[in-house]
Amino acid sequence: MTSWLYSDTVKEHFVNPRNVLLDDESSFPADARGETGNIRCGDQMVMLLQIKDDVITGVRWKTYGCASAIASTSMLSETVKGMNIADAYKIRPEDLVEKLGGLPENKIHCSVLGDKALRAAIDDYLAKTGRAGLFKEEAVIICNCLSISDKDIETAWKNGARSWEGLQAATKIGTACGNCKTKALELLHEFEHLYG
Amino acid sequence: MKRIYLDYNATTPLRNEVKAALIEDLAVFGNASSMHASGREARNRVEQARARVASLLGVPAKTVIFTSGGSESNNTVFAAMRELASDGRGVPLASGRRGFITSAIEHPCVLNSAKYLASLGYKVDIIPVDESGKLRMDEFKKALSAETLLVSVMTANNEIGTIQDIREIAALAKAAGAWIHTDAVQAVGKIPVNAGELGVDYLTMSAHKIYGPKGAGALYVREKAPFSPLIHGGHQEDGMRAGTYNNLGILGFGLAAELAERGLEAYGREMGALRRRLLEGFSSAIPGVKINGHKTDTLPNTLDVSFPGAEGEAILLSLDLEGIEASTGSACASGSLEPSHVLLATGAGPELAHGSIRFSLGLETGEEDVDYVIEKTPPIIKRLRSMSTLK
Repeated sequence: MTSWLYSDTVKEHFVNPRNVLLDDESSFPADARGETGNIRCGDQMVMLLQIKDDVITGVRWKTYGCASAIASTSMLSETVKGMNIADAYKIRPEDLVEKLGGLPENKIHCSVLGDKALRAAIDDYLAKTGRAGLFKEEAVIICNCLSISDKDIETAWKNGARSWEGLQAATKIGTACGNCKTKALELLHEFEHLYG
Repeated sequence: MKRIYLDYNATTPLRNEVKAALIEDLAVFGNASSMHASGREARNRVEQARARVASLLGVPAKTVIFTSGGSESNNTVFAAMRELASDGRGVPLASGRRGFITSAIEHPCVLNSAKYLASLGYKVDIIPVDESGKLRMDEFKKALSAETLLVSVMTANNEIGTIQDIREIAALAKAAGAWIHTDAVQAVGKIPVNAGELGVDYLTMSAHKIYGPKGAGALYVREKAPFSPLIHGGHQEDGMRAGTYNNLGILGFGLAAELAERGLEAYGREMGALRRRLLEGFSSAIPGVKINGHKTDTLPNTLDVSFPGAEGEAILLSLDLEGIEASTGSACASGSLEPSHVLLATGAGPELAHGSIRFSLGLETGEEDVDYVIEKTPPIIKRLRSMSTLK
């Protein structure tokens, strides 16, 4: 057979996803629950965690999503088991993509649901244990010239920026060297996917 | 592993007869515009192919222009009409006959041609379809006026297979004084398509959808219908389409057209039976399946199915792992954020659009292949549904 669309690792996780919950959510007694995604964009994710002394002891997930969403969440669920919630909160999609042996460029945005759902679940746990908002997602600088972060782009998106021009009007991003345009547009795409 | 190709609406393999003829014709190298023997040899073959394509469409040979394919044929019509909708300096007319009408479920090469014209300031109406994919005739009649220049509606849809009532649409367009074009790329060779009887002025077709080679297509231009070339250059095709003749592509196209014409009746009968078998198999084995498109006015080889609760790209790749090759309307397979514009236009919600799979059958498809698909698909849907957040 000719080579598959995705890496062998992605294929393996797609065919045999780890920690996926095949029954109702009620079959897994969870301490925390996070949900993200949007059926309009074609994917949705639920992450369920069991947590003891701030360490993730059990994880299950469900998704309506494509092969790369399934594989990257499977990989994520393997990664976070036994991890402190503070460390788990810092996992970024890039880490998972690397572990999966890469994803096609246009599929990267499908891999961002799992870690978002994970952070939502951890936020849920923090709220339940009276520590709401304890962790902040680390901002990543996208435009080095003007120090504009992914958080700034997210805020701009939420305020209505939908294009490069809209983003520039809101943040002045890329008005110096402009090297960040591709990455910034990918992020816009991602936020459309998450919140659109 | 056995491979079961069920994506014939995307493209078809060459028929064995066409393959053999192409190999033989590799030696026909002459420029069909040259006057010497080598040129005349090529030219004779080109004209023979033209006669065969014209016969399939039921039109005179001189009304058929060879192009590089469906996209070029469609673009040619829109470009020619654009000239008529512009003043002498290429500016869109502000009044008079200048409007374009098309449907919401056209192939992107028509829809984006129309949208491009709209972006340049031309008047464009995109007519919605009903839940079966049929053009909304009430909306169409409302949009038609003495200002309508071109109506372009596809004969049959590539995704859901719905066949439009082109004869009626053409009659209405003609009554309003407009020119009428139909993109018949998916219909020709699958159902009877007689351009004369349909009453259209322009008709597009493609070789690689009828078991001919890629890179060859045709445009029917009714006698006396207005025309200007998209590609300017030499005198080929009576100055209607410049560029050295694509000997091999055209020769293969001609033979494929002849074989399609000869086999049309059997094709309809056999594909129709296989499609019904697949449809009934899915309906009885998988709860909640939704068949997209029109119940009766549909291409005999096309079955578009939504599996609610399961995502299309994941289904497609699971099928691929079983050797079954189909296509999906899911956004995740297209690289864009939007699922199939065709299914959305029929009013299908995002879940049905993202969870849709198109099975398009063809000459190599047998009953055992259909049975294999009916056997392999239910566990795939069951597995994806069991891990799904959607009920």
